[in-house]
Amino acid sequence: MRGDLAALEVLRPRRLAEALAALADSDRPCPIAGGTDLYVALNEGRAPARRFLDLSRLDELTGLETTPSGLRLGARTTYTELRASRLVRRRAPVLAEMAASVGAIAIQNRGTLGGSLGNASPASDPAPVLLALDAAVELAARDGRRVVRRRVPLDRFFIGYRETAARPDELIVAVLLPSSALEGWRYAYRKVGTRRAQAISKVVAAVGLELGARPRRIAAARIAYGSMAPTPVRARAAEAALAGRAPTSAAGRAAARALLAEDLHPIDDLRSSADYRALVAGRLLESLLGALGGFRPGLDD
Amino acid sequence: MAPARAAVRHLPRAPRAVVGSNVPRREGLEKLTGRALYVADLDVPGAWWGVTVRSPHARARILSIERDLGADGARAVVVTAEDLLRAGRDNVVHLIADDQPFLAHRSVEHAEEAVALVAAPTREEAERAAARVRVRYEPLEPVLDFERAETIHKTCAIDKGDVAAAFAGAARVVEGTYRVGHQEHAYIEPNGMVAWPRIDGVRLVRGSLQCPFYVHAALTRLFGEPAEAIRVAQTSTGGGFGGKEDYPDLVAGHAALLADACGRPVRLLYDRAEDMVATTKRHPGRIVHRTALDAEGRLLGMDVEVLLDGGAYVTLSPVVLSRAVIHAAGPYRCANVRIRGRVVKTNTPPNGAFRGFGVPQVAFALERHLDRVARAAGLDRVELRRRNLLADGETTATGQAVIDAGASRQALDAVLKRSRFAATARAHARFNRRHAHLRRGLGLACFFHGSGFTGNGEIRLASEVALELLEGGRVRVLAAATEIGQGTRTVFAQIVAQVLGLPYEAVETVDPDTALVPDSGPTVASRTVPIVGRILADAARELDAVLARRVGRPPGRPWTRRDFAGAAALHLDAGGERRVTARFSNPSGQRFDETRYVGDAYAAYAWAAAVAEVEVDLTSFETRVLRVVAAQDIGRAIHPRLAAGQLEGGLTQAVGWALFEEVVARDGRMANGQLTNYILPTAIETPPIELVVLERPFAHGPFGAKGIGELPMDGGAPAVVNAIADALEIDLDRLPATPERIAAAWLAARPERRRA
Amino acid sequence: MKLRLEVNGRPRSADVPPMKRLLDVLRDDLRLTGTKEGCGEGECGACAVLLDGELVNSCLVPACQADRRAVTTVEGLAAPDGSLHPVQQAFWEKGGAQCGICTPGMLVAAVALVERARRPSDAEIREWLAGNLCRCTGYVKIVEAVAAAARARRPGAGARRPKRVKR
Repeated sequence: MRGDLAALEVLRPRRLAEALAALADSDRPCPIAGGTDLYVALNEGRAPARRFLDLSRLDELTGLETTPSGLRLGARTTYTELRASRLVRRRAPVLAEMAASVGAIAIQNRGTLGGSLGNASPASDPAPVLLALDAAVELAARDGRRVVRRRVPLDRFFIGYRETAARPDELIVAVLLPSSALEGWRYAYRKVGTRRAQAISKVVAAVGLELGARPRRIAAARIAYGSMAPTPVRARAAEAALAGRAPTSAAGRAAARALLAEDLHPIDDLRSSADYRALVAGRLLESLLGALGGFRPGLDD
Repeated sequence: MAPARAAVRHLPRAPRAVVGSNVPRREGLEKLTGRALYVADLDVPGAWWGVTVRSPHARARILSIERDLGADGARAVVVTAEDLLRAGRDNVVHLIADDQPFLAHRSVEHAEEAVALVAAPTREEAERAAARVRVRYEPLEPVLDFERAETIHKTCAIDKGDVAAAFAGAARVVEGTYRVGHQEHAYIEPNGMVAWPRIDGVRLVRGSLQCPFYVHAALTRLFGEPAEAIRVAQTSTGGGFGGKEDYPDLVAGHAALLADACGRPVRLLYDRAEDMVATTKRHPGRIVHRTALDAEGRLLGMDVEVLLDGGAYVTLSPVVLSRAVIHAAGPYRCANVRIRGRVVKTNTPPNGAFRGFGVPQVAFALERHLDRVARAAGLDRVELRRRNLLADGETTATGQAVIDAGASRQALDAVLKRSRFAATARAHARFNRRHAHLRRGLGLACFFHGSGFTGNGEIRLASEVALELLEGGRVRVLAAATEIGQGTRTVFAQIVAQVLGLPYEAVETVDPDTALVPDSGPTVASRTVPIVGRILADAARELDAVLARRVGRPPGRPWTRRDFAGAAALHLDAGGERRVTARFSNPSGQRFDETRYVGDAYAAYAWAAAVAEVEVDLTSFETRVLRVVAAQDIGRAIHPRLAAGQLEGGLTQAVGWALFEEVVARDGRMANGQLTNYILPTAIETPPIELVVLERPFAHGPFGAKGIGELPMDGGAPAVVNAIADALEIDLDRLPATPERIAAAWLAARPERRRA
Repeated sequence: MKLRLEVNGRPRSADVPPMKRLLDVLRDDLRLTGTKEGCGEGECGACAVLLDGELVNSCLVPACQADRRAVTTVEGLAAPDGSLHPVQQAFWEKGGAQCGICTPGMLVAAVALVERARRPSDAEIREWLAGNLCRCTGYVKIVEAVAAAARARRPGAGARRPKRVKR
């Protein structure tokens, strides 16, 4: 490794209020949960701060529970916990599927939802799935002696490349999934990475469909992509192209066209090319729609 | 899924057979318990930490080096080329052309070239001090594209028969151009050395390496000191694959220079990032084939151009080119062959040895080309190969009459049978009709590899080994060959024990230390068993003869520990030598004309074939290798499990090179120098591997053994890419066959697929 | 900080900067050099250890987060009398190690698997080990060894289950 970790300070509060007080400080510490992203930078000698706020003792950030309005996932929920949770497997199995595609076991044991969303990498693995699930982020901050909370819908949370709507003195405390997304919707997810495990995604797509029965129509769709824009994005044009249509390969093709024309802005980088990403993003969409809607995607027809 | 099984045809066993059985591994237990000491594990009290200052420019003049380290460098030392020269050192890394400096002096020739060295009591201090070393450069225009480079490190030519006539009279001529990129060794243990200052007239260096005497030679040259003044000892080495053949010379020299400068031991340990960007890689290449066929699909003429990128300095490039050129026409019969090879200079880090050493590059080109030839000629690709494989007594491109070429046909038949080639192809066709968005395919490759140094190299090396008598009926093997995962110490002990008829436990082995072992040559070129192992067998026979004479019994009879101990004691009491040495004797009588490239290039070729089955996902163009079946002729398996391990490992590296491993360069520097972005196969990507191990004894190898380490790397990649090309009916002529390249080829093949 | 933790069943302590990597605490402060550094990025798994029984990459864990927790390294797999853990025994018999540098992390990962899964399939073993890179073996004999160790394991036999400490 490079760099000097000896000079780095850590605060290790046991209570959320203490942690938030530290964040309100002018010498703001950098939060650390599982450290799976932060320590890559530290290993390279690129420390983002001199002081750190260790979240690993904050029980208030843990927990996976049903609430009157849906599901509440504590920000410190790890990918392993998502995979193991009966609640998640029953009510939002796509989250468990996503969790299994993150890194490998040792990363899944440590990486957290809050960490990934807070980092706001365009390649964040959970972000597209949570966007498709119509998730919201619960933020907390210190206001005098009180802890105040607010919710931000995830599709308004990523405001720029690695920039979120969270204020610097706020912590992500939970991810909220509404009941409306958990019943009557079907989800599919696929990550195309540099390899099948331990991979940063080249293209990652999550699709949710609400299908009406008689007649068989797509009542609504939520489509989200990662690694295809400076932030994880909802593909609104593609969603609009599907609304009210029968689930057919023609609908899939129309959605893919809208996706590439308006929603996504892939780039060339170390891992892949804009051309490939665009091509595969469209094919993924048709493929996932086909799986959910029960039709054979056209792809090369 | 059933575990891979190696089908081994065993030769009849001698009583108490040690060779041919899976004896407990000498080096094994310490690796399983965490007790093996790799260079970074060494406890070196008082050691300082070394850091290398490197050029950010691919080509530049060095104008000045300022070393006002200020408070950051209060305790640090700095070494530059000027310091080196002022101290009377020779700023040359001795290898072949002696053109590479330890430290760049007036110019840098590649990005990441070492410009200065810094040592300080701690890593953090050394890094801070290094950051204060200000080098002023005048950047120059670098040459980065090897296809346009003009400075030539080496050329090579082979001419056999009359190629012009062959092409004139051909029924068909097929052309093709193939390209391969760098491959990074990515041994899981990065390079590292610990060096001590001169103590009692000796400078000691310990570290991760394949060739202790290469390091030794480089250091004696650097310091201008005699052989006894330098001592090089190998620590447990976490993988080499050729990446620790010559590069450790640089690391060791740097560490020794720093130790000399600060008067303390210095640990110079690369982290992954430094190792990836600064050290050697496999030579990229462009290989152009023109092939003339007759009406029956027989190869009439082969015209091949091999162009390799050697990087900034000559290092091992002439030998890589030499081997590439000799293997470029493959294990096939062709009376008219013209091969032109060139390795050129670019302003990139020098490329070096990597398992296969030029053969993987030319085998990829040839085996992809033969599939193209088959298609163009309307021939079955299996039949085309079968019709043209060399038979015994027929000659290679250098005119060497091959012995035991029947093994190549046997290997081909074995993989076809084990993979159920024809039936599997039909099953794939049915699968492809049923699945809209998945395609399966089969690929085949036939390949070969010469054991040992090319041409007269082994004669020049004149390798030497020794056996030392110990108490209690034991013998110690003394050789310079390193254990880097292949089980060197184990197989050496097996060979010596078997010759003497002693139990395996009676033979000891050590990790090489130049103060203790004779120079049996480098651990490269698949020579460890057939060459060094053979000399050890000779030494053991000599030892047996000496002791047998001593006690008046006939030679060649197995010894009990007790009898052996008795004979040894008698021998030593009578003033006999404790050590028996043996040298390379060129048992095959091989001779090679190194000017005209005619003659016996190697004492033995080993032959192999591989079949790969793949499934390509048309949604993402990702390839999944379903299975690899490989047959390899190894002469004799000294240790069947270790032998299988070499085949499995080599094939996996070939799969990685075929599909995932790509060095992305920007301005002559590796931009993806982390394991996050240089993609190695994990256990998920690695297919089930089925091996057929053929044992057809090689007369001059110990117990018939040939070299095995490199051959599995040689042909895995074309088998995989041929399978993808088969599955999608596309042309893929460049490695790696990434999803991006496959997608582009897919679209190019059927332009109507490009969606509006 | 004064770091107090249990390593391979024994209480250990060290005075270390709180953000020092657990990997370096093990190797430098506690002189347990069995755990290796292969990449410093959490990709290769050579640094893998068990933290309260869970597989983690110790190059990504700050020392402070290991405080009052139980760590298992390769040095802790064999029994005090030197007899090998069933996973080590299986690697020995099947040839699961070549150069050995990935082996400590691979063994620890394998132990974590056999303690959780009765009869992992080939695919499950490969998925579990996907975070441990090996450049030598092609994983063939590693997977065979883990399958054999899982078959051989009897409940209660093998390595001690580390104490689960509430976070």
